[in-house]
Amino acid sequence: MPKRTDIQSVLVIGSGPIVIGQAAEFDYSGTQACRILKAEGLRVILVNSNPATIMTDPEIADATYVEPITPEFVEKIIAKERPDALLPTLGGQTALNTAISMHEQGVLEKYGVELIGANVEAINKGEDRDLFKGVVEAVKAKIGYGESARSVICHSMDDVIKGVDTLGGYPVVVRPSFTMGGAGSGFAHDEEELRRIAGQGLTLSPTTEVLLEESILGWKEYELELMRDKNDNVVVVCSIENFDPMGVHTGDSITVAPAMTLTDREYQRLRDIGIAIIREVGVDTGGCNIQFAIDPVDGRIIVIEMNPRVSRSSALASKATGFPIAKIAARLAVGYTLDEIPNDITEKTPASFEPTLDYVVVKAPRFAFEKFPSADSTLTTTMKSVGEAMAIGRNFTEALQKALRSLEKKGSQFTFVGEPGDKAELLRDAVRPTDGRINTVMQAIRAGATPEEVFDATRIDPWFVDQLFLIKEIADELGAADKLNPEILAEAKRHGFSDAQIAEIRGLREDVVREVRHALGVRPVYKTVDTCAAEFAAKTPYFYSSYDEETEVAPRTKPAVIILGSGPNRIGQGIEFDYSCVHASFALSDAGYETVMVNCNPETVSTDYDTSDRLYFEPLTLEDVLEIVHAETLAGPVAGVVVQLGGQTPLGLSQALKDNGVPVVGTSPEAIHAAEDRGAFGQVLADAGLPAPKHGTATTFAGAKAIADEIGYPVLVRPSYVLGGRGMEIVYDETRLESYIAESTEISPTRPVLVDRFLDDAIEIDVDALYDGHELYLGGVMEHIEEAGIHSGDSACALPPITLGGFDIKRLRASTEAIAKGVGVRGLINIQFAMAGDILYVLEANPRASRTVPFTSKATAVPLAKAAARISLGATIAELRAEGLLPKTGDGGTLPLDAPISVKEAVMPWSRFRDVHGRGVDTVLGPEMRSTGEVMGIDAVFGTAYAKSQAGAYGPLPTKGRAFISVANRDKRSMIFPARELVAHGFELLATSGTAEVLKRNGINATIVRKLSEGEGPNGEKTIVQLIHDGQVDLIVNTPYGTGGRLDGYEIRTAAVARSVPCLTTVQALAAAVQGIDALNRGDVGVRSLQEHAEHLTAARD
Amino acid sequence: MTTSTRGTSKVPAVLVLEDGRIFRGRAYGAVGETFGEAVFSTGMTGYQETLTDPSYHRQVVVMTSPHVGNTGVNDEDPESGRIWVSGYVVRDPARVSSNWRARRSLDEELRDQGVVGISGVDTRALTRHLRESGAMRVGIFSGSALPDEGTMLAEVRQQPEMKGADLSAEVATKETYVVPAIGTKKFTVAAIDLGIKGMTPHRMAERGIEVHVLPATATVEDVYAVAPDGVFFSNGPGDPATADGPVALMQAVLERRTPLFGICFGNQILGRALGFGTYKLKYGHRGINQPVQDRTTGKVEITAHNHGFAVDAPLDQVSETPFGRAEVSHVCLNDNVVEGLQLLDQPAFSVQYHPEAAAGPHDAAYLFDRFVSLMEAERA
Repeated sequence: MPKRTDIQSVLVIGSGPIVIGQAAEFDYSGTQACRILKAEGLRVILVNSNPATIMTDPEIADATYVEPITPEFVEKIIAKERPDALLPTLGGQTALNTAISMHEQGVLEKYGVELIGANVEAINKGEDRDLFKGVVEAVKAKIGYGESARSVICHSMDDVIKGVDTLGGYPVVVRPSFTMGGAGSGFAHDEEELRRIAGQGLTLSPTTEVLLEESILGWKEYELELMRDKNDNVVVVCSIENFDPMGVHTGDSITVAPAMTLTDREYQRLRDIGIAIIREVGVDTGGCNIQFAIDPVDGRIIVIEMNPRVSRSSALASKATGFPIAKIAARLAVGYTLDEIPNDITEKTPASFEPTLDYVVVKAPRFAFEKFPSADSTLTTTMKSVGEAMAIGRNFTEALQKALRSLEKKGSQFTFVGEPGDKAELLRDAVRPTDGRINTVMQAIRAGATPEEVFDATRIDPWFVDQLFLIKEIADELGAADKLNPEILAEAKRHGFSDAQIAEIRGLREDVVREVRHALGVRPVYKTVDTCAAEFAAKTPYFYSSYDEETEVAPRTKPAVIILGSGPNRIGQGIEFDYSCVHASFALSDAGYETVMVNCNPETVSTDYDTSDRLYFEPLTLEDVLEIVHAETLAGPVAGVVVQLGGQTPLGLSQALKDNGVPVVGTSPEAIHAAEDRGAFGQVLADAGLPAPKHGTATTFAGAKAIADEIGYPVLVRPSYVLGGRGMEIVYDETRLESYIAESTEISPTRPVLVDRFLDDAIEIDVDALYDGHELYLGGVMEHIEEAGIHSGDSACALPPITLGGFDIKRLRASTEAIAKGVGVRGLINIQFAMAGDILYVLEANPRASRTVPFTSKATAVPLAKAAARISLGATIAELRAEGLLPKTGDGGTLPLDAPISVKEAVMPWSRFRDVHGRGVDTVLGPEMRSTGEVMGIDAVFGTAYAKSQAGAYGPLPTKGRAFISVANRDKRSMIFPARELVAHGFELLATSGTAEVLKRNGINATIVRKLSEGEGPNGEKTIVQLIHDGQVDLIVNTPYGTGGRLDGYEIRTAAVARSVPCLTTVQALAAAVQGIDALNRGDVGVRSLQEHAEHLTAARD
Repeated sequence: MTTSTRGTSKVPAVLVLEDGRIFRGRAYGAVGETFGEAVFSTGMTGYQETLTDPSYHRQVVVMTSPHVGNTGVNDEDPESGRIWVSGYVVRDPARVSSNWRARRSLDEELRDQGVVGISGVDTRALTRHLRESGAMRVGIFSGSALPDEGTMLAEVRQQPEMKGADLSAEVATKETYVVPAIGTKKFTVAAIDLGIKGMTPHRMAERGIEVHVLPATATVEDVYAVAPDGVFFSNGPGDPATADGPVALMQAVLERRTPLFGICFGNQILGRALGFGTYKLKYGHRGINQPVQDRTTGKVEITAHNHGFAVDAPLDQVSETPFGRAEVSHVCLNDNVVEGLQLLDQPAFSVQYHPEAAAGPHDAAYLFDRFVSLMEAERA
């Protein structure tokens, strides 16, 4: 039975900003789904507030709404577009929750919108813990096996405390209902821990519900990905086994596909349970994933949970198997059955089969604890990783070592030199799951631990433990060999050792090892991911390297462009860079090149096998890239390698690639150096006559002090050669400068600390531009809402700039052009400026695609990354204008007066992290970037656009109620007018005594509330922190004090995070919020698709 | 349970295909030489079941899944009393076994049973070669003193081919034995052992069937001596074109209109009994992920396969046979190979794949229920 004919249009809900637990994988799945639905002839309407996604590219859907994913806004879109159906299963928990909420409010019924992909009953059965327990019981009654962990549902703290006894005591697991990425869940070993975790869980759960469960800590953990069609055909797409046993969230575990340590009987039992569950839950046109725990002692199986939707694991499973789950889910949702859908890879066989792998896939999580030094780094059932890398090898050791080097993090690869440390201590450390525990285990093995000791400490399956021993034994052999002969080299490569690791073991340089290896003819071959273990011929060139015999790379005739991706998502280098790489691939394919993508991030669109002509799922290290370039050079002509679009990762390889004779296209490595090196860049600025803030470099406190004394405090200090503002701090006095230098581990004679004058009260401006050597195309000018000193990635910004005039733009254009020319850019450049006292300072320049490229592209309806890719390969801006890729005239600096205003807001991961005492981490913004994602609000005027950005990021701004204001002295002047506005909108103001006094003198009444430090009043008057916890406060304005009073602010801000109360930490944000509240109170906030905005802009341009 | 066999063999081994392609690796299992037909199996689980499946008699099995032996060997999962494969090709054998049911390592088991294997070869390259060139004769040679390549190739080419091989009698039971019904006995079935797997009578026993497993050479008198409610023809090795004895026996059963069920080799026997031909597939179906459509319901089941031959019957029409009308009931969606036959005018059907599913998914277990229904209908 082919597709349904009663559906002509469908609304797809995306997943919104990238947050921990809900990341780029939903861009991948959503993009796939939209494309399929469009190809099926349906009108596709999309809502997603995240501008950095491919799915929100105007060509992916017919009507793209970059609007907040809240029931209110989605209803407006439904009212306007009147879709026949709503597909909620591809946008993570956000989409599912929004759809359910609209169903419950009767919106879907009102507009006659049918939910497809999963019905409400199935969603509830899968998501609601109590109902799901019933599902598992029903399954056991039917097939005889499968059970849930013993558990109790609790709706209050009383229930929780009583519940422990019925489970047989501590430890217990707490799992809040309806939260994503396991947010708020954790292990409680005693009542104190229980009260904290469960209290938070009850708050986080939209239904004030938590599940208390028996502990299955240390059991083996598995996942199955299943799909089912309307004819009740079910397939298991993939099995995944966690290297880290139960107790670590699967998103934070190293995971392996396929399952490695199950006999067929046990695997089939999981499969039977999985199939019975998907039937019982009633997912009838889509996919789900189910998690299991198995007791290693007797094989008892516990069903942990299911997600009745596409998930992070299904993205991983799709990449791991070549079976595109989201694509097929979209087809099933519109009526196809599995046997009617062809397998893309073989083209001849149907999708109604189960992929079989002749390789091993390992996924390793990427963490960002260094950004949150006070956060507890213990891994628990709450997901904390910000990204992941996947690697494919012909065996586990190869895949594991490739995955670890794909993480691109110091110390992530195993090291076999130096003293391993004390065995007992290492084993003790390995008990606690952390980022890098596997490296601790390796050191314990080096220190003489036995397999049994490792198992006892970690409960990692003995087979995996043995694989670590195998790696260590190979390292020993490498170390002991007389010389590097072909046998030992081939054996080491077969188990995934990098040239760098071999070099370290042998005391050689990496390039020397590579030369020897090449001379001995030890090189990788490339195998195909084909879903069928070579049973049928594969049509899709989706490759991974292996040190095996036969390569499968076919010759080609068209010139190839190799695009280097950005690797695992991390704070500071996320999905935005994938967006640019994907655009380059599309643009270069259109221009007649064969595109070759290299990346190791399974969450992305770039690693979809049909994004580029060829895909190499490989680590982005020099060694791995050189081998790919070699393989592709043997296959046919290579026009060049693009390094500018994937962020710092490929950029960092630029010089070395060139030194190895690789044709790097676009901005040259020398030009990159000119922008990145302090001295060289200073010369560029001096030549162009552009001012930069006074600065100096030092390697000691004395040196730093001398510089700071000369330029005056506050100063901005940071280590050199870091990303995302890592370790950057604003220092207000000498005492702090001394302790900063003392604490910093990254400062050395070769890595000096940079000391800059800090421009207090300056307006920060970001510019994205294209330069072809002759002409500049100003892509867009973004004015930051927060002042300079807050990392640009964490700052909200507006485009077009809201307070800059024509003269300012002129200056910005001239400066940008001078820098682009001086540096020698061919493609994109991003420059950060600060306007202070009418002087335009240059803060830094990045000769590559920036984080803001997708935002700028969407706000101005111009595909900057596509243009950059073309310029890299020789096209001029004039040619691109003529071609229509760029506007015929004008640019992002000459937007029409009635152009829409776009606001970008950063989304912070505060609620994910706790310190070791279980308290929240502070939420103050600073020069170090800590946001995980962003949203865009777009509307005719700034206030509405800002209000939309807030609604998309954190939930709607309040339009009435109680606002608490407490600001630092330096902010008190600028607080008066916004405070008055709040009162005018009917807000009751709460303030601590100092702030209240200032307000009073300005004729604004505020109720005085007690500070936390004052404690509860004699008549039970509550402190501000208590009021926030009690839900008595609707808006919080709290700017951090330089010193002193800091702790109070911390408690306020963490309480705000816990209760999800909007909390503004700068006065600039307050001013913007007031405009937003004003817009909301005037009512009449509408929705408009990007296509409509673009049409309007294009008309205005012509 | 962890059984350690750390320190895998570094004894050299060579795999020689009859077309002259050679793969070098290390000895796995027993050291020596062995010959057979090279076939590949794509199952990611179930090596113990595969090794002990009598249908693999005289075949050298290449595992496409790189890691083999991880869960060791237990006493519950074998499908027969011994390993039947004549040789075993894996990429990365396990050094330890990890499973609560494991009793010993696979390496030990292979050595104990004298099965010569090879590890460390590019099994994907070998699989692709077999896919393109077809299943063919192969030899594995291991040990410190290996013959030269020409000598090894000559030896391989002297081996008999699978086409034309009559092997059932070599693997089947010599004596009749009875698998008692589990719970209340409802039916008696005479099962002709052409290479039967242990799970097959078990699946019947679970449904209240007392299974009398008869040797491949059983006569029609032997069959009816047990007063069967139904007769079953099992899977087994070899070329169905040689199975004249079982074909004649099946025709006698069909004449008596006794409910009949066949699996794998049994399906090919039914095909021949009805007058269809059989042919050798280029590289066969061996794995546990094959999509088969039940044409009576339109539903797709994921099934376990192990067959190098297939029945040549028309897919798009009902055929007239000496036993009434027959049709193709099941088809493999990957390549449209006949996967099941049924008679429309009398109670007999068969499938080419393995509903007993060991190893493999349980999707097709309903076929045993179908067999029970036929016997119930006949009794009513």
